[in-house]
Order: sequence, then structure tokens, then C-alpha cells
Amino acid sequence: MGEVALVNVSKQFTLRVERKVQTVQALDRVNFSVHDGEIVSMIGPSGCGKTTALRIAMGLETATGGKVTVDGNEVRGCGHDRGMVFQFAELLPWLTALQNVMFGLEMKGVSGGELRATAMRYLDLVGLGASGNHRPHQLSGGMKQRVGIARALAIDPKVLLMDEPFGALDAQTRETMQAELLDIHARTRKTILFVTHDLDEAVLIADRIVVLKNGRMQEIMSVPLPRPRPDLGVVRGTPEFAATRYRVWRALREGGEAPH
Amino acid sequence: MKEGGQARNRMVDTTDQRTAVSAANAASEDVAPVPRRALPTWIITTASVVLVLLIWELCRPFNNPIFGTYPSAIVEAFWRMAGSGKLTSALIDSLRPFAVGYALAIVVGVPLGLLIGRFRTLEAALGIYVTAGYAMPLVALVPLLTLWLGLGFAVKVAIIFLMSLFPICINTWLGVRAVPKALIEVGKSFVAPDRVILTRIILPATLPYIMAGLRLSVGRAVVAMVIAEFFTSISGLGAIIITSANNFDTATTFVPIVIIMLMAVALTSLVGAIERWVAPWQAEIAGRDQP
Repeated sequence: MGEVALVNVSKQFTLRVERKVQTVQALDRVNFSVHDGEIVSMIGPSGCGKTTALRIAMGLETATGGKVTVDGNEVRGCGHDRGMVFQFAELLPWLTALQNVMFGLEMKGVSGGELRATAMRYLDLVGLGASGNHRPHQLSGGMKQRVGIARALAIDPKVLLMDEPFGALDAQTRETMQAELLDIHARTRKTILFVTHDLDEAVLIADRIVVLKNGRMQEIMSVPLPRPRPDLGVVRGTPEFAATRYRVWRALREGGEAPH
Repeated sequence: MKEGGQARNRMVDTTDQRTAVSAANAASEDVAPVPRRALPTWIITTASVVLVLLIWELCRPFNNPIFGTYPSAIVEAFWRMAGSGKLTSALIDSLRPFAVGYALAIVVGVPLGLLIGRFRTLEAALGIYVTAGYAMPLVALVPLLTLWLGLGFAVKVAIIFLMSLFPICINTWLGVRAVPKALIEVGKSFVAPDRVILTRIILPATLPYIMAGLRLSVGRAVVAMVIAEFFTSISGLGAIIITSANNFDTATTFVPIVIIMLMAVALTSLVGAIERWVAPWQAEIAGRDQP
């Protein structure tokens, strides 16, 4: 099982701008859940609060209202039931790819021969079995992010939380990674909450899309594209893709009056 | 259909690998072979030193042996002292408190800096002493230190320790503050305990700063060594400086001075070598293939 639910999650920041204390409502009663094995992408313009929502789900930040649950258990801080994939991979530069994957596992208490074998298995899963001894600076952007995904998957979390993981990659690598993510998802059936600002990406990979604007949920919509989606090039050509993309685009453009 | 997808993935996969390989090639072209016409660094440094010594030597006709000296006179004095064994024993006398004091400064300064940088409360409580201690007029405190610790080995260690502690501690502290927040969050998100975050994320990320602190404090520790020998029991290289200066034997005075400076240069490059050994990724990331 792996079901994550955001229940009326709110977040307020206080900012001091030129001596005036301002309250910013980063998230306002965000309410949705990601079902077991489902991919939900959360999309919105910069500053809409999507990353904040993800960080709250991870436990890196605390909500000022509402709660996050994983399989019904309320989230308090970080836990091994959730695996985080960071925007810029954030590998530890002094460790090799394999050691980076092993780091997460060690923190979970895995040790001995199992530690190395498991890390190796997940590096293989992301297609980097041959690059285990490389340090991050010897890897391309796409390869780094694969290690980041392997590191998060290796601890076998119930939910994978991904924060614009392909946002820093070039267009071609990004497409490869999207296809590979779907391939990995098909093999592991992980529940995935995926933050992106890219319309195409949101539609291509998700079962459902949460549109966030000014900290509020604008809309939540299903993607009527069947799985598996082995060839995203073909998916892009379908009328369903175009129609969904248009709906998301409309939702992003319309409504959502300014906060406070 | 599934199979087709996999095959395509594999194909694109190799493309990605190839991109990485060509990126690596490009990177090595960036750092690697210095164009044939460019002189190696060590030749430039040697030429510079030889030139300065030559100019200094050429000033010999204008030299008054009390007010100045010149390289060949220093070398002559060096051989005379080295032959008598006086120099070796003085050097050992100086190096013993130096090694102990400097090592203590590392052992205390690095953990202290890590803790001050990591914990806000400690920073607020102790940071002010470290900042103030860095500017402490240590020479003025030497008489007091001799009252406490006597004139022997201990007071020399204390002086060297106090002089080199603060640059090491401050650099470590600043290094901790400069650790990318995201790397600490990686630790947090995998539920790493504070101790693990400190030793396995913050410490390695801070290593370049720590090594810079060690480099900076080499110079201060060497100065502290001479101060200790001047103002406590007169001994070691400092003693040679004082005695020969009192005899207006300027050439002999310069022998330990030059040795001390050479020692600092050697120790600094030793620290640099250690840095490349313990933090090799740093030079690789910066794209340097030589110091």
C-alpha cells in the first residue's frame, strides 16, 4: 500500500518587507490524495506553492494547518515511508554513485552484503549499473538524476516525492527520463507525487493532475490516457493528450484571483 | 509494444551515455595539457626565486655587514652552523612544541568550529570568544602565560596553540555555514540522525574550508613558535636569532629566519597535498589538475 493524502494543508509565512510584517498564504487548504500506485502531477506557475506542498508531504517543512497522511498515519517529520527526489539531484559530491544510493539505505538500517547488493540492484534499475564507481561530477545531468531516483527508490518507500526532477535537464534528456520514469513505475508500481511546471510533462506522466495557483487548488483532473504508455511520442499525437493539455492550460490561465 | 519501448529506451540510454563521455572529454580538454609553450608553474617559481636572490647578491658591494647581508654570506653561515650540529638541535627544539601546539589546535579547532557552525545556541554563546580570540594581542599575554605555565615546553605549546587555533576554528565555522542547505536536507529526508549529518555530510562538505584554515594557521603557528622562543626560555631557532642579532652578526641571524620561512612554505604545500588527498573531488569539481 502507499496512499498519501493532503488534508486541508495550509502554510503561512511571515515576511518582513521594508519594516512591514506581511503574512503570505503559501498554501490555502490544499486537499487531495494520491492513491496506491498512482502518479499525480502537481502543476502551477513559480511561487504557487507546489514545492512547499511537496516539502510538507516529505516532512522537511511543517504545515500551519491541516495534515498529511501516508496510509492513514499522520506525517510527523521525515520518514522512510517517503522517498524524495530533489530538483538538482543533490548527490553527495564526495561519494560515488553507488555510495550515494547506499547512504539512504544505511540510514534505514540496511547493512552488510545486503546494503551493497540492494544499492547495485537499484542502480541497475535506472540503467546505471556500469557507472557505480563514478563520482557525481563525472556524470551527466540525466545520469545524476537517475542516481537520485535510485537513491530514493532503494529505501523502498511507499511514496516517491519528486520535486521538478527533470526541470534542469535539456529537452532531449528530459524526454528520455520521462519515458524511463514511466518504465520504472510500471515495474515498481510506486505511488508518485510529481511536481512540475511543464504542461506536457504533467500530462504525459500522470493519472491525475492537480493545478495549483496562488496556493489554492484550482482544479484536479484525470488524464484519460491508458497505461502503459511505452511510447510518449505516440501519446503526444493523440487527441486525448491535446485535449487534456488544453484543459490544464485553461485552468492555469483562468481564475485564481490574487491571494489575501 | 512493451518490448519496442524497452528497445527504444535502451537506444536513447546509450545516447545519453555518449553525451556524458563527450562531456567528460570536453572537460578534460579544459583542464588538461598545458599548451606546449606555457612554462610549468615550478619553473616560473624557481626563476622568480633565483632572480630575487641574484639581485640581492648584486647589492653586495653596497652592503654593510651590520646593517644587512647577502645570500652567499647566509649560505656560508648556514654551512658553518650546520657543521657544528647547532642548527639541527635548535631545529628539533623548535619543532617539538610547534608540532604539539599545531596538532592540538586542529584537534580542538575543527570540532569546535563544526559545533559552533551547526548549532545556533553554541554560535550565540561561543562565537564571540572565537571572533575576539582571533584578534587577541597574544604577545601582550605571554608574560601572564609564563606565570601560569612556567618557562618550559608547556608555555610554548600554549602560545602556538592559541595563535593557530582561531583561524582553524573560524574557517571551519564559516565552512559549515556555507554547506548547501539542500545537502543537509538530503540527510534529513533519509532520516539521518544529527550526528550522521554532522560527520558524513557537513564535515566532508566543510573539508576545503578546514584545509584553508590549516594553511592560514601554518604561518601564524610559525610566528608563534618564534615569539615563544623570544619571550619564554630562549631556545631553538629563536635563540640563534637573538644571540646573533645581539652580536650584530646579521648573516647568522638570517639563517634561522630563512629556515623558518622555508619551513612555512613546505608545510603549506604539505597541507595542500593533504587536501588533494582527503578531498580529491574538490579539485576535480573546480577543474584543476595541479595546485
